[in-house]
Amino acid sequence: MPSIRIGESEIESQPGETVLAALLRNDIEVPYSCRSGVCQTCTLRVLEGQVAPKAQVGLKETLRTQGYFLSCVCEADQDMVVAHPGADVVNRVAAVVAEKRVLNSDTLLLELYTTGQFDAAPGQFLHLRRPDGLIRSYSIADYAASGAGSRIGLHVRRLPGGAMTEWIHDVLAAGDSVEIGGPAGACFYVPGRPGQSILLIGTGSGLAPLWGIARDALMRGHEGQIALYHGSWTSPGLYLTHELSELAELHPNFKYYPCVDCRREGEAEHLREGRVDKIAFGDLADLKGWRVFLCGHPDLVAAARRRAFLSGASMTEIHADPFVLSTPAKSA
Amino acid sequence: MSESAVSLYDRIGGARAMDAAVDLFYRKVLTDERICHFFDDVDMERQAAKQKAFLTMVFGGPNNYTGLDMRKAHAHLVARGLNDSHFDAVVENLGATLKELGVGDADIAGIAGIAESARNDVLGR
Repeated sequence: MPSIRIGESEIESQPGETVLAALLRNDIEVPYSCRSGVCQTCTLRVLEGQVAPKAQVGLKETLRTQGYFLSCVCEADQDMVVAHPGADVVNRVAAVVAEKRVLNSDTLLLELYTTGQFDAAPGQFLHLRRPDGLIRSYSIADYAASGAGSRIGLHVRRLPGGAMTEWIHDVLAAGDSVEIGGPAGACFYVPGRPGQSILLIGTGSGLAPLWGIARDALMRGHEGQIALYHGSWTSPGLYLTHELSELAELHPNFKYYPCVDCRREGEAEHLREGRVDKIAFGDLADLKGWRVFLCGHPDLVAAARRRAFLSGASMTEIHADPFVLSTPAKSA
Repeated sequence: MSESAVSLYDRIGGARAMDAAVDLFYRKVLTDERICHFFDDVDMERQAAKQKAFLTMVFGGPNNYTGLDMRKAHAHLVARGLNDSHFDAVVENLGATLKELGVGDADIAGIAGIAESARNDVLGR
């Protein structure tokens, strides 16, 4: 009989039995509702083994590629290792600070090198662990395999009184070691539909995943329109403006719109004035068939998600990681 | 199996067709001023999954929902004033969704009947 391992438990499944049924029969708690592969309540993640495509119908592409599946319509016909969706299944590797670079007055680029393998996609997030055990999550803005390890770039915005961000800004130096865990999150580019239009909206250091996703898409030869709207209260809160403008010159299908709530006197006309989401949805009234990525303040993300959906984007095409938010709750 | 015994769920394309149906239906519900306030604080992704389960049920697809599930799921909304007029609005949106999907009038009437059978459970009576 095939075995199913979840956490510390290992059970045997019976012929014709679903993964959900096998786990429940063994008193292993899995939340569930419809038992028909529809409501997604019983979603699990497969770490070892295969699941049939029918067990992933309706899940987002970014979740499917990570092995998420609906346990109520998946039979275990071979040995499997599975995990609850929120379970800590991440690997941990040591990383060394290569460089700290100023992006704007309160945001810096933290560049890390890992010597061990750390597979991730730009737009996902990782957990950064300080030697005393404090852990905070940051979105991956840059990712590249480098020898046996990886090179990773994070955007760290200083938050007044934020224990981790103040330490990163004031204490952490090139050559220092940290530990990172992960990656996690479903906000990243999945190739396969190169002609699709992509909309990215973010505020503050919510630019980090969007920058990563846009560059990843362009690097992989995405041909459809990619529109990135980055918002800030005033222009000093924007960053990477030069690099993004250059990217737009290099790729005709990439458009970059820096937006500020308050334009200062004499500021260039290309700086759009208004709330970033209002500007974006004003430009793009019909989002049918679009892929949408949202990052930033939770209120902005919630409002933009609704608006994107009502403008025609399919629910499974709207990506916003609840953790990929540049809020004090995450990084304070 | 005779043609007529194939459920509408299978005829319109099964689980995959439900994604398109949910998008249409949820969009109508969110823009309907009579009922959209019930959805203000919900997690949109979870809500969409629930609506897919609901549509799968009324289309005659696989489901294991019981009257008790319906009661439990809507009890907090009944406490906020959910009543017959809101239920009617949802059924109306459902009908409009089906029409857009090209479902025939006879099938729409049948589906409305299935939805109707859940009225008392949903409204906690």
